[in-house]
Amino acid sequence: MTRRTRRRLIEKEICSCSIFGAMNRSGERFGGGGVIEAIANMHVRGNGLGGGFAAYGIYPHYRDYYAFHLMFTGTSESVKRSSKAEFDAFLHQGFQVVHDEEIPCDDSVWVRDPPLAWRYFVLPDPKGEDAKLSEEDYIVDKVMWVNTRIDNAYIFSSGKDMGVFKGVGFPEEIGRYFMLDREYRGNIWTAHGRFPTNTQAWWGGAHPFGLLDWTVVHNGEISSYGTNRRYLEMYGYKCTLQTDTEVITYAVDLLMRRQRLPIELVARILSPPIWNAIDRMGEKERSIARTLRMVYGPLLMNGPFTIIIAHHGEMIGLTDRVRLRPLTAAARGDMMYLSSEEAPIRLISPQLDEVWTPNGGEPVVGQIRC
Amino acid sequence: MKSFIPPEFQVYRDEDRCDQCRGCERQCSFGVHSYDQDRDSIISDESKCAGCQRCVIFCPMDALTIRPSPSSYRPNSSWTREKMDDLKKQAETGGVILTGCGSDKPFRIYWDHMVLNASQVTNPSIDPLREPMELRTFLGPKPDFLKISGEGKDVAIETEIGPNVVVEASILFSAMSYGAISYQAFKSLAMAACDFGTFFNTGEGGLPKELRSDYGRCAVVQVASGRYGIDAEYLNCAAAVEIKVGQGAKPGIGGHLPAEKVSSLVAETRMIPEGTDAISPAPHHDIYSIEDLSMLIYALKEATNYEKPISVKIAAVHNFAAIASGIVRAGADIIAIDGLRGGTGAAPKTIRDNVGIPIELAISSVDRRLRDEGIRNSCSLLAAGGIRCSGDVIKAIALGADGVYIGTAALIAMGCTLCQKCYTGRCNWGICTQDPRLAGRINPHIASRRLTNLLRAWSAEIKEMLGGMGINAIESLRGNRDHLRGVGLYEWELDVLGIKGAGE
Repeated sequence: MTRRTRRRLIEKEICSCSIFGAMNRSGERFGGGGVIEAIANMHVRGNGLGGGFAAYGIYPHYRDYYAFHLMFTGTSESVKRSSKAEFDAFLHQGFQVVHDEEIPCDDSVWVRDPPLAWRYFVLPDPKGEDAKLSEEDYIVDKVMWVNTRIDNAYIFSSGKDMGVFKGVGFPEEIGRYFMLDREYRGNIWTAHGRFPTNTQAWWGGAHPFGLLDWTVVHNGEISSYGTNRRYLEMYGYKCTLQTDTEVITYAVDLLMRRQRLPIELVARILSPPIWNAIDRMGEKERSIARTLRMVYGPLLMNGPFTIIIAHHGEMIGLTDRVRLRPLTAAARGDMMYLSSEEAPIRLISPQLDEVWTPNGGEPVVGQIRC
Repeated sequence: MKSFIPPEFQVYRDEDRCDQCRGCERQCSFGVHSYDQDRDSIISDESKCAGCQRCVIFCPMDALTIRPSPSSYRPNSSWTREKMDDLKKQAETGGVILTGCGSDKPFRIYWDHMVLNASQVTNPSIDPLREPMELRTFLGPKPDFLKISGEGKDVAIETEIGPNVVVEASILFSAMSYGAISYQAFKSLAMAACDFGTFFNTGEGGLPKELRSDYGRCAVVQVASGRYGIDAEYLNCAAAVEIKVGQGAKPGIGGHLPAEKVSSLVAETRMIPEGTDAISPAPHHDIYSIEDLSMLIYALKEATNYEKPISVKIAAVHNFAAIASGIVRAGADIIAIDGLRGGTGAAPKTIRDNVGIPIELAISSVDRRLRDEGIRNSCSLLAAGGIRCSGDVIKAIALGADGVYIGTAALIAMGCTLCQKCYTGRCNWGICTQDPRLAGRINPHIASRRLTNLLRAWSAEIKEMLGGMGINAIESLRGNRDHLRGVGLYEWELDVLGIKGAGE
């Protein structure tokens, strides 16, 4: 006899936001100062309840190790330390920890209730049944386990040679708190300023969302959240963060990492063309577009959104298919920018080679030349 | 034997208006109205009246009113009039009480206890009059992953996808067999389905040969326990094949077509002798287990060259979710679930009113079960039994159905008034009868227009509601229970439905 399944009573968070991304297409690394300046220019698109950054290529000395960024939350130092102790015990069972330290922060910058933020550089050391998993699936599995099972411990960054930094506050405050302008140089930076409509902000709920080296920053509300979430749950994802950005992150992980679909197809899954347009396509293209919608209909992200997806070597901007949220793309020399607004791009790069507004559902892809 | 059952309806004739045209006499197949020469007036035998309102609608002088009889037994909450009359009927005949249509008992209608969401501020609602709003639905199996080869312009999909059918509105016509309903009503459903881009279901009575070339492409053909009218062409002319295991109105028993309705054409289509009862066996006698069902599914796939989705229709009963999971694993591409309030042309009343569970709870449980087992993509889910309006359709989809079957709603569109006399074969509206004079009352060109109008209207309403939720494609609402809230439900009901209470 199966027991009755209790209905879920989590609140879905609703938020509006600013997003920004910058990359150097020749792979040169640059500091986070410009990105902080740019996202700060969109201050009024956020309300101080969340800000964050993702940066790639920032840990060249540890580039072969997974960099876990942990936050330990709690009302007192002892609660944070005890969840850290619990996490450490778990980590040493399945990983070799090469180095770990507190993530440096500037205590002179005031932020609300900062958690204990710690980073670990690790190698997976799977045992027993776990050894059958691919390395990446193993990492994902353990990240999901920690985030759902260990109270007050939360892995918010789990890729190699990259890191997510986020928290409650305006993004410029979070950027200065983690000293992104002084401590790190990366070849891709994405940033997010948040305007949630409910006030229960917590550090883990800020953007970017990351899994392995994939990160997503998102502006919008996904009306198809329930459909997307329930589809992803069938593939073992556990949506714990009460936010629709999480489902985009997992959808990207499922489609791009696990299924290795190219971004052009992924864009057609997340923001597919309308049937009228598909019906008018040439036969080959129509058959592909139709099959993608048929099979991946539950991953259509319906409702207003703009997202910037990043992983090593690539940054992708995408809007919903009817473009209900803004996205501006620009390029100057090797630099490529994606932003909610044009002004912040002009602020840090007054001269641009080109600036354009992508069509709804049309991905803008920037790649680092190898 | 003198019947002690008082008339259910009272016929009121406004003598000032009545000009004695005797139209009512011609309209009524039950023989309620007759002209009394001696008294030079039209008299009515109320005991025969089914309350179908045919005479009322067709009286040119609007002289008739048919209303529930005001005469009544002493009110009694336990011994209601229906209970007493049924009992008397059995005392007078010694038989099983037959009835038609879906159960009219006051089981909780969950549709009426669920409310939908709409966008305010944080995401824009979408205006379906100005922007695309997509209802296209594919019914059939979907793979969990697609294998891709090549890149850029040469990208190609390697995975072969099982057979799917395309529906433009997620609404199909439910199984109603030729025999149960008239040729004209049957053809009207076929014409409307093809016109609109959806499907009709032949029921278990076969598909008349002359309809196959024009309407086969919009037909879901049924294979039921009686195996009526099945040949290779029947299976192959259709869009999909459905194995009927059960029906919501009468779970656990087979179809009933009384001999009175087996005309020569019905007999030919069903491949049975004219004028014999067509009583389908309760079980399929080649399906006594799930592995037997699997063999039939694959036999039908073989017979149709794996080109058509195979559906299995079951009634919603207590452990149907586990059964449905078995059916998916047995190879079905579509599962149709028929709930407690599903209609019928003839069923023992006690079964209709006492067996099965409401479709709303059933959709929710089966969708959850298939997802828990990771096999939801392998099949599509059709819900049937008690869908009355576009609001019910959209709620069914939000609970997790891929589409719905409508039966009773389609009949009402053609004129049915739910008088529940389908089993007599004397339907005044020409729907549930094989009497050529009565059946001729349906003009398929007009009736099919009534049906396509209904589908168009519901589609427009569904688009309005979807747009209001900020969703522009039906697939983004499928299983999206976040858009439903319960009102006036117990905790356990909310849990089974998987929805929050309003305000939660």
